[in-house]
Amino acid sequence: MARDYSMLGPDARRAVETGLAAAEWYHTDVPRKEMKALMQRADQPAIRDTILLFGAMILLAGIGIALWPSWWSAPFWLAYGVLYGSAMDSRWHECSHGTAFKTRWMNDALYQVASFCMVRNPVTWRWSHARHHTDTIIVGRDPEIVAMRPPALRRILLNFLGIVDSWNGWGRMLLNASGKVHPEEASYIPEQERPKVIRVARIWVAIYAATIALALATGSILPLMVIGLPRLYGAWHHVLTGVLQHAGLADNVLDHRLNSRTVYMNPVSRFIYWNMNYHVEHHMFPMVPYHRLPDLHARIKHDLPAPNASMWQAYSEVWPALKRQLRYEDYFLKRELPGSARPYRDDFHAVAV
Amino acid sequence: MADWIDACATDDIEEEDLIRFDHGDRTFAIYRSPSDEYFCTDGLCTHEQVHLEDGLVQDYEIECPKHNATFDYRTGEALRAPACENLRTYPVKVQGDRVLVEL
Ligand code: FES
Repeated sequence: MARDYSMLGPDARRAVETGLAAAEWYHTDVPRKEMKALMQRADQPAIRDTILLFGAMILLAGIGIALWPSWWSAPFWLAYGVLYGSAMDSRWHECSHGTAFKTRWMNDALYQVASFCMVRNPVTWRWSHARHHTDTIIVGRDPEIVAMRPPALRRILLNFLGIVDSWNGWGRMLLNASGKVHPEEASYIPEQERPKVIRVARIWVAIYAATIALALATGSILPLMVIGLPRLYGAWHHVLTGVLQHAGLADNVLDHRLNSRTVYMNPVSRFIYWNMNYHVEHHMFPMVPYHRLPDLHARIKHDLPAPNASMWQAYSEVWPALKRQLRYEDYFLKRELPGSARPYRDDFHAVAV
Repeated sequence: MADWIDACATDDIEEEDLIRFDHGDRTFAIYRSPSDEYFCTDGLCTHEQVHLEDGLVQDYEIECPKHNATFDYRTGEALRAPACENLRTYPVKVQGDRVLVEL
């Protein structure tokens, strides 16, 4: 039977009935003392990275504006776009967990800015992301599944230019600004939080309206090159890295080792992605801040499947798997656990398709 | 009538940390603050009923290990989404080297 990814459909009901929803997930054993040390928060790494990020954005946009409308400005816009349309994705993510900084207001401030850049309502998406962690890649429960089965390859490819996500994001923003919450959002946002959803959407509409008004007044798209459009022309990096998180792997299992992927990446991508390439580790222990994930990885890798050696190598398994899922949607990449790993539930590990 | 229950030794909990305490069919979290005071709350997060025992204590806050909701463990107040409901708290006293909770 075809999978139904709707939060309100038959698979959602089945997940609840079969105990897949809000279930107990596998965790590698790490002594409390070590885990406490890994979870410790700090301001310093994220302050450094945030100064670097905003400093680079101001510089690149400044040069882009200075060279506008010459084509010489293009490389500066492309670099600015990646910081706006991709680095902000990982900042949004880390701050939604509250783990980027030790100081709460710093987390919240960066979270608001990053949510705006990514066109993700900061209230709505905090709840949807909580659900993604409760029910990771459980069909009908996880609202953040990128590569469904069969995979909507056209949608994924369009999203390399942010087209589907930002279209939906802006559509939702207008709906929320009109005072409404989509029924699917209502399935995971508590009643008392909904006025906040609407308030933020109205503030955003005002910012976009001012930007568009400035563009019209000056007869130039330059203001939109700074605000709004980089969500499109800079989205490719976060999609490139984000697709690898779960694509092609098992669904409906309660073990992140089987449905998530850790990929070794170059330092530039890791800065943009804030170490989310350690994705199994992040899902297993979402309390560990991004700057400690390499340490967590070293600590628990004996219990995890071998990481992918590079993005290239990861895509060389993901792309054929996605193509195969177009024809056989039950096909998936079965993760081999190392001999030193603890098994979890035999029914998950033994299934081979 | 509520009873004072012997929950643990003062040394069972590290400074700025918590332990789980089960009593009857109920489960609690007992905290030791950075200034060496003891507190007790319900053990399960009010968001999705995950136990707080693997969470992180920082100052007077406990962060849930599942989705990082934060509570003030002195008052039980929910400080950060996705928790909206406060945690229930219980009176605690220290007698000698024992921590007692009024349940
Ligand atoms: S269960 Fe505690 S934050 Fe979700």
